[in-house]
Amino acid sequence: MNVIFEYQFLQNALLASILASVVCGIIGVIVVEKKLVMMSGGIAHTAYGGVGMGYLCGFEPIIGAFLFSIAAALGIGFIKRKGSLQSDVTIGLFWSLGMALGIIFIALMPGYPPDMNSYLFGNILSVTKADLLLMIILSVLVVLIVMILFNYWKAYLFDEEFAMIIGIKTTFLEYLLLILIAMTIVVLIRVAGIIMVLALLTAPAAIAGMLSSKLKNRMIIAVISGTVLCIIGLWISYVLNIASGASIVVLMVLCYFLAYGVRLIYNKFKQKRVTVKST
Amino acid sequence: MKAVKIENLSVYYGQTKALENVSMEVEEGEFLGIMGPNGGGKSTLLKAVLGLIPTTTGRILVYNKDIKENRSIIGYVPQFATMDKRFPISVFEVVLTGCIRKKISLFHKYSSKDRELAYEQLNRVGIAKLANRQISELSGGEFQKLLIARALAVQPKLLLLDEPTASVDAKSRDQIYELLGELNKEMTIILVTHDMMAISSNVRSLACLNGDLTYHGELELNENIVNKLYGCPVDLIAHGVPHRVLKQHRR
Repeated sequence: MNVIFEYQFLQNALLASILASVVCGIIGVIVVEKKLVMMSGGIAHTAYGGVGMGYLCGFEPIIGAFLFSIAAALGIGFIKRKGSLQSDVTIGLFWSLGMALGIIFIALMPGYPPDMNSYLFGNILSVTKADLLLMIILSVLVVLIVMILFNYWKAYLFDEEFAMIIGIKTTFLEYLLLILIAMTIVVLIRVAGIIMVLALLTAPAAIAGMLSSKLKNRMIIAVISGTVLCIIGLWISYVLNIASGASIVVLMVLCYFLAYGVRLIYNKFKQKRVTVKST
Repeated sequence: MKAVKIENLSVYYGQTKALENVSMEVEEGEFLGIMGPNGGGKSTLLKAVLGLIPTTTGRILVYNKDIKENRSIIGYVPQFATMDKRFPISVFEVVLTGCIRKKISLFHKYSSKDRELAYEQLNRVGIAKLANRQISELSGGEFQKLLIARALAVQPKLLLLDEPTASVDAKSRDQIYELLGELNKEMTIILVTHDMMAISSNVRSLACLNGDLTYHGELELNENIVNKLYGCPVDLIAHGVPHRVLKQHRR
């Protein structure tokens, strides 16, 4: 435990884990309830193009990822709203385009290509102060925006059509939500990488979904479970000297399956008790 | 006073016709039933009145105003089958969403007046005792009543219902129609349904829709009207009430 106080990179990693858990706990629940998991995957993979552009043009790759994620979120949202193309087709196209652009931008760089693994698979131990600053700003924004419009989010998520009829600006909320997802993905990229962000977005939210039937409580449980699992995953990766993102993701998915199994057994036991009582 | 005035309304989804040149007027205090075959444009008409879909031609006035200006006086009850029953929200919270006013306020909190109003509506539809339950615990009939309570929380002058008794049991269906009869004393109701039995015994006027308006007037469910609506002869069931056609119909 003392090593955390000794090394700056571990302190950065710990703070990054907590920030990632907070945003993925809150936005993850919304993503799961609104069934936007694949759309989030599309936005995340499009970010790879931004990372490549950042390397090619000489600015922070995470800024490039941020710009590409926002552009993808707005692009997917616009095409979906216009209804001119099936949304899974749009997501697939953005997904591949982002990856392809990333590869092209890197190929266009003179000299040896940079190591993209930390963006693809995450490396929380290499989080810089600049990354951390961006993560803090984005996390605060995400949490604040969800909190100040919470009742509107709830109405919108439950029944978008009714929300529109009673005059809630659903187009605004939809685009805002997509931007929040894009911001969350940028926060998560350094923790789990573009390829594995979906696990961070969905696993804590899905675990919380099994433990509570209230939206707010689900968000709180997802934040807590995400934080605990991220820290344990980080510790495992440090002890075993393995990739941090991968160990966090494996741990989260295993915990989800464990919770699922326990719930299954509990429900069966409960059903049996009800049957015995009624007979 | 006209509650709804529709003039030459046409709606196309791409090249597909949903409604063609529909004109009709609904008087204030009316209880109008809209019936027609699947794909006949019933739900499209409701959505057009609600301003949820773009219309190709024509215009719709609700209480003499454009729908965009007057949407706040409409209560809408969708089909419960289209809702996500696993969403983590309680019965009371669902009705409260009907109390949200369109002006976005930061850190919005429901007032005690909103809470009273929501509880009153739950009481009115007879499910106040379920207020703290999660929606996943409700039966089909209870869920449909919940959606009616939410629509009433808007305090509407015009209530639109899209097949409110589809997939609910007979007892709930009777309770819902009894409730709608009571509500009609205070508000105009437009009801879309396949249920001819319900139409024949509850509504006061009838509109038949199959792409275009084949009939609009007093409640008169005779064989000619129904045959014209479905474009083929319609079987009558034993007790003399026209029943939904099962044969292939013309559009």
